[in-house]
Amino acid sequence: MNAQQVLSQFQATGVQTCFHGRHITPQIYADLNGSNWRLKDYEARGGYQALRKILGKDGVAGNETGLTQDQVIATVKESGLRGRGGAGFPTGLKWSFMPRQFPGQKHLVCNSDEGEPGTCKDRDLLQFNPHIVIEGMIIAAYAMGISLGYNYIHGEIFQTYERFEEALEEARAAGYLGDSIMGSSFNFQLHAAHGFGAYICGEETALLESLEGKKGQPRFKPPFPASFGLYGKPTTINNTETFAAVPWIIRNGGQAYLECGKPNNGGTKIFSVSGDVELPGNYEIPLGTPFSKLLELAGGVRQGRKLKAVIPGGSSAPVLPAAIMMETTMDYDAIAKAGSMLGSGAVIVMDDSRCMVESLKRLSYFYMHESCGQCTPCREGTGWLWRMVDRIHTGQGRPTDLDLLNSVADNIQGRTICALGDAAAMPVRAMIKHFRHEFEALIAKNTTPTATQS
Amino acid sequence: MSTHDVPEKTAPLSAATLALFDREVAKYPADQKQSAVMACLTIVQRERGYVSVDDERQIAGYLGMPTIAVHEVTTFYNMYNQHPVGKYKLNVCTNLPCQLRDGAKALKHLEQKLGTPMGGTTADGMFTLQQSECLGACADSPVMLVNDLTMCSFMTNEKLDQLIDGLRAAQGGAPHKEAQP
Repeated sequence: MNAQQVLSQFQATGVQTCFHGRHITPQIYADLNGSNWRLKDYEARGGYQALRKILGKDGVAGNETGLTQDQVIATVKESGLRGRGGAGFPTGLKWSFMPRQFPGQKHLVCNSDEGEPGTCKDRDLLQFNPHIVIEGMIIAAYAMGISLGYNYIHGEIFQTYERFEEALEEARAAGYLGDSIMGSSFNFQLHAAHGFGAYICGEETALLESLEGKKGQPRFKPPFPASFGLYGKPTTINNTETFAAVPWIIRNGGQAYLECGKPNNGGTKIFSVSGDVELPGNYEIPLGTPFSKLLELAGGVRQGRKLKAVIPGGSSAPVLPAAIMMETTMDYDAIAKAGSMLGSGAVIVMDDSRCMVESLKRLSYFYMHESCGQCTPCREGTGWLWRMVDRIHTGQGRPTDLDLLNSVADNIQGRTICALGDAAAMPVRAMIKHFRHEFEALIAKNTTPTATQS
Repeated sequence: MSTHDVPEKTAPLSAATLALFDREVAKYPADQKQSAVMACLTIVQRERGYVSVDDERQIAGYLGMPTIAVHEVTTFYNMYNQHPVGKYKLNVCTNLPCQLRDGAKALKHLEQKLGTPMGGTTADGMFTLQQSECLGACADSPVMLVNDLTMCSFMTNEKLDQLIDGLRAAQGGAPHKEAQP
């Protein structure tokens, strides 16, 4: 056996995380099996029909002129689609910010730099259904009058990047990408780029810097990318899953998509469930589904254990105790009301055996490691946070440490160019708010904790 | 003394490598060749196992950018190797979602099996072991990236043993690393 044959035995098949049949009315993950990712398979599932529809090439009588740019944007607005990468900003509104009449080059960028701890949805999406992202991007480019786009893919999923490049070749050969798409006057070139290990590049302006061949250090906003983006030109950036939602919306209408979810929270959403559950994986379910249902789909909390806490939207989102989570539904507004963020839809589940100080310590180490170093409060503050949580965890904590932790968090949050500082501060404040007694007990004992998870 | 104190000369980039560079440069507007720098560094790392200062100089010349701007990129992004590494670079994720599913345990097991602490390389030059941040495969934990390319999922201790033993017995070179340092 050669080395590649050895390694291939351990590669994920998607059976556990994606093809488990426990989605609820899936749109993006529907009918996937791991081997049907190619163009012909996607077309057999109705793929590229939305593109045909907007270009008036779907053969439907009365649709010879297709949809105007305004009609496409209005449909996306009506759908209630909100950004799936973390911020939850209304997609149709974002698209309407693009100055379509701007005479020079404009750019479209897909943010596939999926590195928010807990999040692994775009990996399965790009690996098993790449053309849905390509079609979504073509439609977006059409709506905003853009002729050049890039999909920036997390360097750690390099094989997925290579597959996406293969899918791009298929789309070009079929005339879905390039000049005069399907005989129309619409041109769009799309390419893939990859990161190489920098969490910060998931921040949209850092991603743009990286695409320009530089260190991924975020830019001041404003100006926003819609006016000053890639190469200083107007740019729209959306998450992978956001683009993937678009073909269904165009085929079925904005209203139908909205009705899949709940008001102001249209459609389905993919949740990556990790941590202490029996069946970790990606679950595509309607927004507004109760958390308890999602937990059930993921096989429930590990056998013999009880739910203690959940980070509902990726590691940057504030943690919530079990009692609050079991009462909430999974959508932007309900999670915000409960005191956290839906974020990227990464649901990190922790059971009653977990030491929350140890959990926070690992997250604080991560933010220290990934701070780009540009802003002093973040560069220095993330180190302070980690060192203090570490000393509490190792039994060296001081009674004043909790106030000091909150104070350092206050002095980071809102005082940096990008949201990484906020992302480092928020978990600290929420952990202390909800699980203060665990920190106090460790400080009072001033000994090494007995509960351990590593 | 670190590798970077004395820029060693490496072989000139081959025509095949430059053809791969051309393919990346073609993705970007003619006046934005620098955009291809990350891809070019990745291509060189695949061929040579790491990126030397001399490689950075050659890439800078090819893309028409300052050498220091290439070096900034190499040093900013975690996955570029600035020094030679083992034939197989193993990156084990220990971030919180993985910590909750035996990620740290997997790293500890490999430290024992390979007899090297994280960050180290085995004496025979076969394996470099590293702790990594989120690989974006959280539901597959314990998860490990091999040579920046192959993601290995659900790596129980038993599977880790199989993988290490299998790679030790494997014929030929490491995948996607044509020349060894």
